[in-house]
Amino acid sequence: MEKAMENTTTSAPLVTADGIPLKASLQKALRQKRRQAFMLVLPLLVFIFVLFVMPIAIMLTRSVSNPEVNSILPRTVVALQSWDETSGDLPSEDVFKVLAEEILLSKKNQVNGKVGKRLNYDMPGMASLFRSSPRALKRMKEGPYREKMINIKYVGKMFGDVAAWRLIKREGDPVTASYYLSAVDMKFDKNGSISAQPEERQIYKFLFVRTFLMSIAITLLTILLGYPISYLLATLPMRHAALLMILVLLPFWTSLLVRTSAWMVLLGNEGVINELFVWSGLVDDKNRFALINNQFGTLVAMTHILLPFMILPLYSVMKTIPPSYMRAARSMGATQWRAHIKVYFPLTLTGIGAGTLLVFILAIGYYITPELVGGQNGTFISNQIAFHFESTLNWGLASALGAILLVFVMVLYALYDRVIGIDKMKLG
Amino acid sequence: MALPAHVEPLERAWFYTYRVICGLILFFLIAPIIIIIPLSFNAGFYLSFTEKMLSLDPAGFSTQWYQEFFSDQKWIDGIKNSFFIAILSAMISTALGTLAALGLSRPEMPYRKFFMALLISPMIVPLIVSALGMYFFLVSVGLGSTYTGIILSHAVLGTPFVVITVTATLSGFDQSLIRAGLNLGAKPSTVFFKIIMPLILPGVISGALFAFITSFDEVVVINFVGTTEQQTIPQVMFRGLRENISPTILAVATILVGISVALLVTMEMLRRRSERLRGLSPA
Repeated sequence: MEKAMENTTTSAPLVTADGIPLKASLQKALRQKRRQAFMLVLPLLVFIFVLFVMPIAIMLTRSVSNPEVNSILPRTVVALQSWDETSGDLPSEDVFKVLAEEILLSKKNQVNGKVGKRLNYDMPGMASLFRSSPRALKRMKEGPYREKMINIKYVGKMFGDVAAWRLIKREGDPVTASYYLSAVDMKFDKNGSISAQPEERQIYKFLFVRTFLMSIAITLLTILLGYPISYLLATLPMRHAALLMILVLLPFWTSLLVRTSAWMVLLGNEGVINELFVWSGLVDDKNRFALINNQFGTLVAMTHILLPFMILPLYSVMKTIPPSYMRAARSMGATQWRAHIKVYFPLTLTGIGAGTLLVFILAIGYYITPELVGGQNGTFISNQIAFHFESTLNWGLASALGAILLVFVMVLYALYDRVIGIDKMKLG
Repeated sequence: MALPAHVEPLERAWFYTYRVICGLILFFLIAPIIIIIPLSFNAGFYLSFTEKMLSLDPAGFSTQWYQEFFSDQKWIDGIKNSFFIAILSAMISTALGTLAALGLSRPEMPYRKFFMALLISPMIVPLIVSALGMYFFLVSVGLGSTYTGIILSHAVLGTPFVVITVTATLSGFDQSLIRAGLNLGAKPSTVFFKIIMPLILPGVISGALFAFITSFDEVVVINFVGTTEQQTIPQVMFRGLRENISPTILAVATILVGISVALLVTMEMLRRRSERLRGLSPA
């Protein structure tokens, strides 16, 4: 106590009771508090890092990793290094011999199908080459391998194709860009340079564009339908608004599959809407509307499903706008319409921004609903990712498509953070 | 928004048109959900209203699709799996998410915005992308096709909801209450259970419900990381809808709507309680 008195009378730095300068002591306390706060967040951070960030990193690695040729045909890859792929000549006899040995070895280890499948992504015919050539190669006890291999029945001509050798050399690299090239409808052509896929094989660029355009359409529809409802909810007396709010929140809380199956029941060929039209005589039984398994089905069902995500942020912004603003504008002589456009609407822009970004982000990654009601031309890029994961098992391409989708979403997420702020995100 | 007595006819006309438009939009929102309820009591294998149903003939209605639901092993297993996975994953999400929200709400938290953005990202990243990554990861650590793997991945998807709801509840939280408690000699654990917990409980419960419904409703990730033995209700529905929609699915959908209504009511009660506790609105 006495010491402290001393300190205040002289101009020496302030110290605490145990003699540490006050500034240092405060800093220490602050550091401790920061550490405490961080320790509370740490368990979840570790959890998310291990089970979310790492999995996505693995997916990104998958989209460029290319281990098959490098690990199954390692000696061929080394031997091909000295071959000049631009010369247009086939590799030397030694390289053919090494490849023949390694194909036989891969057959013995039962991995010939794996490398064949990998090379088949880039060059159709490679899978059957690796599947059926081992039988002929087994009988080859001596050279010249080059000549004999090219003359193997049915599949051997691929050994005589410079493009096939270029492919093996290129894909011998454990890192490849070929999945990304496929994902944007490009490929390595016969000469090994990058070019666009032929018109009829271009699907992904088109699919990305369709995903974007349909998501924009869905977002616009949710604004169009969500704005009047939010305005109504924000301006009605509390008691009525709470009642109507239930009509918005019930769909929000209802299972996605329930809502999708509801739309399947409504829009189907024998569905409620078509039956209603036929029954009322407006439509002939044979000319029922095709409302489902097309873009229309996806648009309607997704607009319905995502509408609450527009209404809720919009409503919470509108509720903060004092009604006196509109009254002031009206008393100054503005018409209802003009007052709304000039005064009210600009104040709701943050809400529209929040809703738009949220709906758009959710829409471009949608999978379930387009899968069930989208048919052939109403599906999204996610459906193609699932298709490559489940059916073609081309996981490299699935990962590359996923990575591109992820980049789009992350850009939008950053934009959301910039414009609205992540910490302002609210639910219900 | 009552209509003043002196408005012009044009404005009056617009006022009623606007109300009609709003009515139609609300109808669009709610009708699809309501319509499946009567259809699920269909007596025949129809997905539309039959003549008998429209004339309210009792012969047009039956509970056979509900009986079918409760007698089919695939659906029974689905119920068990759904609840088992959703309850456990919601517990993990709630515990981790609540702790993190407590840390994130402290003014001293370093890099608050960055961590918040990271922790909310599982909600933003498209499910198909998460599913792909989680499949690769879980298989590589030997957790592919296991309940553990499914529960952990669902817990990841649920945490952002807990973080958001609990942080929102804490936004009006008076941090000096903690200091007051400590000052009066309470142990930190006592402060947590006696002061913090009762105040944030509504937020925690609504976060837990969000996490529960996220897992309960999830199809994409579990389709990738699980097997048919671990099939949940939405998965059985999804596979059924992919092939052919049957009235049994509508019966299930009706039951799920019932669950949603129960959740909605609980959430609404919690929200009111929370606002009252935090003094945001008069009791």
